[in-house]
Amino acid sequence: MSTAIIAIIAVGILGALLGVIIGVVAKAFAVEVDERIEEVTELLPGANCGGCGYAGCADFAKGVVSQSATPDQCPVASPEDVAAIADYLGIVAEEKDKMVALVRCSGDVPNTVRSLYNGVRDCRSAVLVAGGAKGCDYGCLGFGSCAEACPFGAIEIKDGLAIVHKELCVGCENCVAACPKDLIIMVPEAATTHVYCNSPEKGAAKRAVCKTACIACRKCVKASGEEDHMEIDGFLIRTNYENPPGPELVEAAACPTTALRIDTEHAKGAYAGESK
Amino acid sequence: MSDKPRKFKGGVHPNDSKALSAHKAIQEAPLFDSYKVIMHQNIGAPPELLVKKGDTVKKGSLLANASGFVSVPLHAPTSGTIKAIDKVPGPTGISVPCIEITADGEDEWGSPLEPIADWKTTDAAVLKQRIWDAGIVGMGGAGFPAHVKLSPPEGKTVDTLILNGAECEPYLTADHRLMLEQAEDVVLGAAIIARVLGLKTGIIGVENNKPDAIEALNKVASKYNIKVQGLPVNYPQGAEKQLIYAVTGREVPVGKLPMDVGCVVQNVASAAAIADAVVKGLPSIERITTVTGKPLVEPGNWKFRIGTPVTKALELAGGITEQPAKLLLGGPMMGIAQSSLNVTVMKNTSGVLLISQDEVSQYTSEPCIRCGRCVDCCPMQILPATISQAVENKRFDWAERLNVMACIECGSCSYSCPSHRPLNQQFKRAKIEIQAGLRKKG
Repeated sequence: MSTAIIAIIAVGILGALLGVIIGVVAKAFAVEVDERIEEVTELLPGANCGGCGYAGCADFAKGVVSQSATPDQCPVASPEDVAAIADYLGIVAEEKDKMVALVRCSGDVPNTVRSLYNGVRDCRSAVLVAGGAKGCDYGCLGFGSCAEACPFGAIEIKDGLAIVHKELCVGCENCVAACPKDLIIMVPEAATTHVYCNSPEKGAAKRAVCKTACIACRKCVKASGEEDHMEIDGFLIRTNYENPPGPELVEAAACPTTALRIDTEHAKGAYAGESK
Repeated sequence: MSDKPRKFKGGVHPNDSKALSAHKAIQEAPLFDSYKVIMHQNIGAPPELLVKKGDTVKKGSLLANASGFVSVPLHAPTSGTIKAIDKVPGPTGISVPCIEITADGEDEWGSPLEPIADWKTTDAAVLKQRIWDAGIVGMGGAGFPAHVKLSPPEGKTVDTLILNGAECEPYLTADHRLMLEQAEDVVLGAAIIARVLGLKTGIIGVENNKPDAIEALNKVASKYNIKVQGLPVNYPQGAEKQLIYAVTGREVPVGKLPMDVGCVVQNVASAAAIADAVVKGLPSIERITTVTGKPLVEPGNWKFRIGTPVTKALELAGGITEQPAKLLLGGPMMGIAQSSLNVTVMKNTSGVLLISQDEVSQYTSEPCIRCGRCVDCCPMQILPATISQAVENKRFDWAERLNVMACIECGSCSYSCPSHRPLNQQFKRAKIEIQAGLRKKG
């Protein structure tokens, strides 16, 4: 019996002693943590996507608090989140236009010439074999390296073509670097109408390998009239994102290859099989 | 140095299918209407363009000049006018600039190079300059400028010259026919290279499955003090490092060049081209290419001008009897599958190969079963199975630690893998990612 009591007392004393030591050490070697960093980290989305250029949200919060970054650099945070962080830190948040990713290709499997490919199902590996198993040298390979890079699941591979769901895209730009064909650019979220082609080849060469390529017929340029909504770049028409056209241009231009598309309709697959 | 060749560890024995074209003598291809000469045919810097659309050129005149030391000039394959300077699909599938020449049918000679009558007394530096001016690159496939290999940097001594006549790649017989029919050119080229390097002799390595070529070379070799060495038949015997080991017993360390172990390796076709450049003043505008494959009516070996469209080459071989599944430039192990018929014969195109539908299997790759066949056959003694898992997980740092950079992309691992894993492609990817990472670090 007494042995048990001795044991309890001994362990009790030992515990108390170690507790005191821990207490003292904690006080003596305490690391100053700026509680604002924790607070800002809490207010950030916590996606750790790296879109801001920092190594995750906590690192970005450190940057914001030390004023080497501004809260609006976080591409994921909504304007309300940014305002809340700015409010908390007592700084003025800048307004910015939200940018979303755009895959400039509409060449899905039914509309393009492709060769057999048995290799690694990954775009960056596929380009090593004859530039990818697609007739068009510039088009989307559709193995989903961008979709894999997207932490928000905003890119879907449908019929061998990467399609951005812009309501899910936060603009972190991870996909931009993942694409070996440099097909993905960031465009203002407000822009709705895009040219889904990025091939600088001549019209006939593009048509030979893809039914939905932009053949630079300039119908869309004419349809936009005086407004320079569309820019001519060699054998390719590009949307002028300084002055983007509205969705009505698609109807007005009646693009013969359906390369000119409204993004939300494109994401729904509305243009499948429409090309003449 | 022992005379008995060593067998390197690993390797595979694919069906060589050389019988399709090995007995066919080299034929001179007729003059075609147009040639598409791809600008960048060498490893290193692309040459500087000297001509423009509408210019008239003569056979052998300069189209582009070397833009640096690791760069070679480019010469017109025939006389005619420059129709266009446009882009065509290159051998890797990416579009590359190309000079299209409409032939005038005269085939008028206009090379700036004069024959060097007595090479035995000519200064080595003059001979080396000639090899550079003639635009000669490694014609076995890599396209590395020949003069660079012949310029050992300060402090490195070269004591052995090896000519690569192994031709271990299945289907290809271009080098075989060259050694058989133009043995003297090959041996003469070897003697010239030996002179440039200040060596007395050179060794031509030939796989033992070409006894007639070995015999033909042996007949003329002693005239120029060149030795001929039979090599065991094992793919990839023609890989530079494996060849050096077989002939000399020296191992080239990872990341080092043959020069670091005192060796220079040149392809036999390059040697013959060097002999032509020196003795005849002929720039590198033609090469012997095997056009072969089961779907072809008349497979064979032709001497093509650089820039010959592959479609013309296939027509010469009698066209096809069945729909082919694949078109490869080079052999089946290391050649690159093409997505277009618009490709042309380049300085390093050793073969144009069609594979029939029943020869290719459509498969999906399965997980690794850890059988170790790839490890057994890897001639560089790295661990393909482990590295492929690193690459699959995008751990390029791990792949680098496992020495993926030593991979020579011979394809033996992919060939032997019972799970059809695309090992070779993964290593290509890893090597590119690692090199990109090194460039970023600066």
